[in-house]
Amino acid sequence: MSAAGLSRRTFLATSAAAGGGLLIGLSLPDGLKRLFAQEAAPAAPRPVPNAFIRIAPDDTVTILLKHSEMGQGVSTSLPMVIAEELECDWSKVRFEHAPANIVYAHTVFRAQMTGGSTSTWESFDQLRAAGAAAREMLIAAAAKQWEVPVGECRAENGFVIHGERRLRFGELAAAAEKLPVPAAPKLKDPKDWKILGRPTHRLDSAVKVTGKAEFGMDVRRPGMLTALVARSPWFGGKVKRFDAGKAKAVPGVVDVIQIPSGVAVVAESFWSARLGRNALEVDWDPGSMAGHSTAAQLEDFRKRVQTDGPVAASKGDFAAAFGKAAKKVEAVYEVPYLAHAMMEPLNCTAEVKAGSCEIWTGTQFQTGDQAAAAKIAGVKPEQVKVNTLFLGGGFGRRANPRSDFVSEAVHLAKATGRPVKVVWTREDDTRGGYYRPMWVSRVRAGLDGDGKPVAWAHTIVGQSILAGSPFASMIKNGIDETSVEGAADAPYIESIPDHRVELHSPESPIPVLWWRSVGHSHTAFVVESFVDELAHAAGKDPVDFRRELLPPDSRRRRVLDKAAEAFGWGKPLPAGHAAGIAVHESFGSVVAQAAEVSVDNGRIRVHRVVCAVDCGPVVNPDGVEAQMQSGIVYGLSAALYGEITFRDGQVEQSNYHDYPVLRLNEMPHVAVHIANSDEKMGGVGEPGTPPIAPAVANAVFALTGKRLRQLPLRLT
Amino acid sequence: MIDWRGCPADPGKLAGQSRANRGADVMKLQVNGKEHDVSVPADMPLLWVLRDVLGLTGTKYGCGMAQCGACTVHLDGRAQRSCVLPVSRAAGHRITTIEGLDPQGAHPVQRAWTDLDVVQCGYCQPGQIMAAAALLEEVPKPSDADIDAALSGNLCRCGTYQRIRAAVHRAADLAAKGERS
Repeated sequence: MSAAGLSRRTFLATSAAAGGGLLIGLSLPDGLKRLFAQEAAPAAPRPVPNAFIRIAPDDTVTILLKHSEMGQGVSTSLPMVIAEELECDWSKVRFEHAPANIVYAHTVFRAQMTGGSTSTWESFDQLRAAGAAAREMLIAAAAKQWEVPVGECRAENGFVIHGERRLRFGELAAAAEKLPVPAAPKLKDPKDWKILGRPTHRLDSAVKVTGKAEFGMDVRRPGMLTALVARSPWFGGKVKRFDAGKAKAVPGVVDVIQIPSGVAVVAESFWSARLGRNALEVDWDPGSMAGHSTAAQLEDFRKRVQTDGPVAASKGDFAAAFGKAAKKVEAVYEVPYLAHAMMEPLNCTAEVKAGSCEIWTGTQFQTGDQAAAAKIAGVKPEQVKVNTLFLGGGFGRRANPRSDFVSEAVHLAKATGRPVKVVWTREDDTRGGYYRPMWVSRVRAGLDGDGKPVAWAHTIVGQSILAGSPFASMIKNGIDETSVEGAADAPYIESIPDHRVELHSPESPIPVLWWRSVGHSHTAFVVESFVDELAHAAGKDPVDFRRELLPPDSRRRRVLDKAAEAFGWGKPLPAGHAAGIAVHESFGSVVAQAAEVSVDNGRIRVHRVVCAVDCGPVVNPDGVEAQMQSGIVYGLSAALYGEITFRDGQVEQSNYHDYPVLRLNEMPHVAVHIANSDEKMGGVGEPGTPPIAPAVANAVFALTGKRLRQLPLRLT
Repeated sequence: MIDWRGCPADPGKLAGQSRANRGADVMKLQVNGKEHDVSVPADMPLLWVLRDVLGLTGTKYGCGMAQCGACTVHLDGRAQRSCVLPVSRAAGHRITTIEGLDPQGAHPVQRAWTDLDVVQCGYCQPGQIMAAAALLEEVPKPSDADIDAALSGNLCRCGTYQRIRAAVHRAADLAAKGERS
């Protein structure tokens, strides 16, 4: 793979230059992430217990979260890791989001951020060490008080014990804090784990079932104003002129202020701001998006996909092998732009004072947002206090290297001198960009006389997420790894001697960003659908065909086998039902899904999904199950409905009525099987999403004989 | 807090806003068993009165057009989308929000949600819980079809639907046993 040449040192150097002060790039392509993780792993992180653990006199243990809780369960899994080593009483464990501080930086990305399905594995050793160091400090404090050797004392369930004597952690915390931090605390033997690997109830349920959980949207500050921003209906468009008169006449509207992203109506409440913005008159210069249509853009992509582009992976001589093949299969696949459509629309509250700035928001990227806020407020990054609230969903949208939703709030707080909360309406959120890019793929394969693939070529066309971002320098030789992950390293091509993967990255004013599973969200659909096409062309069962291409002892094959067996692959299904399967590796984990579908009046119904996952060592099995269910629902919404399109240069969708997502009555029964493996720990937030679209499309083919090569899947 | 009483109420200044915001009316709202005098325009949606005027932020804004259910509250015990309900139509009725569903936060639906770890990001869950609680008032032992019918208007992007179904059944069992706290 082309990625292999880029060393960790090079990466740090290039991203430091590109990020303008930021230590590191955020979006490591999946392959690079694993590469760096392997390089970074040996250096044991210095234990910093005080940054992560607070023990109160009443024995309450508060864990500071270095990662943002956006549903994925880090507010339970990260405390589990610390508590296991700390030997505290789990019922006394609480959590808080950590402030923005370099001590909470991602151990691989070197910035404080949540993404790439990395939270648990990147912090696992660090948090274990922190918990163990704190435990040793508590034991040392007790031993000192009792005047006995440290070796005679032990910690258990929130106490330090010596013979018949015991002291509560809460009694020892103040003394322990003053002791030196052990450089290499002794970690527990995994066979002695009491918390890790056991299904554990979420710590955030109580506040989330009572309405007490505070999201960014819920922040209220004394004297706070609420702002809605009129943004250009055309990406890249500019304000020509605006008339604030009618907006200012709306009761409750305080001011109308132009900021770089548009014209803001600032008011005493959301409702006033909304009415004020409705009344605001703005003339826009549409810029280069004028007249843009998805239909024309798709035609352009379809032409480009037939041409040669920069090479992402290549071995042997595809053209020669393809020319000689006994059977040739060729197909073009297309997937649309997608919005993240988190339940909580984007928002941020900011306050700017002389020499300081404070922001309150649900963010996945504290370091970037802190730097952006500092620049606007005219203060140093460390003078910006970042308060991370619960995120009402993130899916990548709340990790924006351009800090779009944070910047607007800081501009307005600075202009008004008061705390300002910028709220995006659902329509703003749907139309405001930073979409999963639209992709067109052309795949060709040659089979020999036995139906074995001997040649494979995959050409991809779509916008680069990194191009034009602070991380553009990560694009090497025309290849943005996030565009080809899952395709350039597709498991099947390893066994195909002559293969080639190419990429075109056309530019567009349409802003694009990582969307749950990033490049895998399109490559898994293409690769796993096309392999299914090859199986049928070879006259073989789709599971058998894949098994023949995957090494016998491979992780993928084990996961595929588990899903097939648990599903009852090959066994009769109810009349009118059929099955499809897909297996895909992403973010260090392998997931296979088998789906049972039917078609009712042209509508695809998914009845049942069996999901097998190997993510290596499991922290909270209940959390892994929830993330697989979650990834499947997210992927199904995209597979069945998701589509952002443009007409006359403007986004056609606006809200959940025309950007539909899966509803409860459409929820299939999902069974999750988690491997208990000793593979390297991977992620679980994203890997559940990629396989579902191809599994369903393959099932639709098995049922109807129609090969659906476009998302969303449509039979009519 | 917002005091609308001093705001101009000249409809001529509100071109294009035929119904909206013709000035403030004083209304009595009964929310979670407490009476509040609010001075807001009659057609301001109840959602924003709850959130911005009364500070009850447990009820969420998701879509503003009754598509997602995040704003679900009870009006005289029945589920209502507060984002499209003019506050004037809520006056004189018993309004219950997630904060008032149970004094201890231990309504059978809330207990079932906690037992089965339903929540993920949690943003939609106040609406899901209010919809489920209203369903159980009407149908104490709901079938899957009853649950689908009552809760399909409540979106969840984290995909908690399977656990929601299971938790509604569990809540029905808890309620039947009278295990309220």
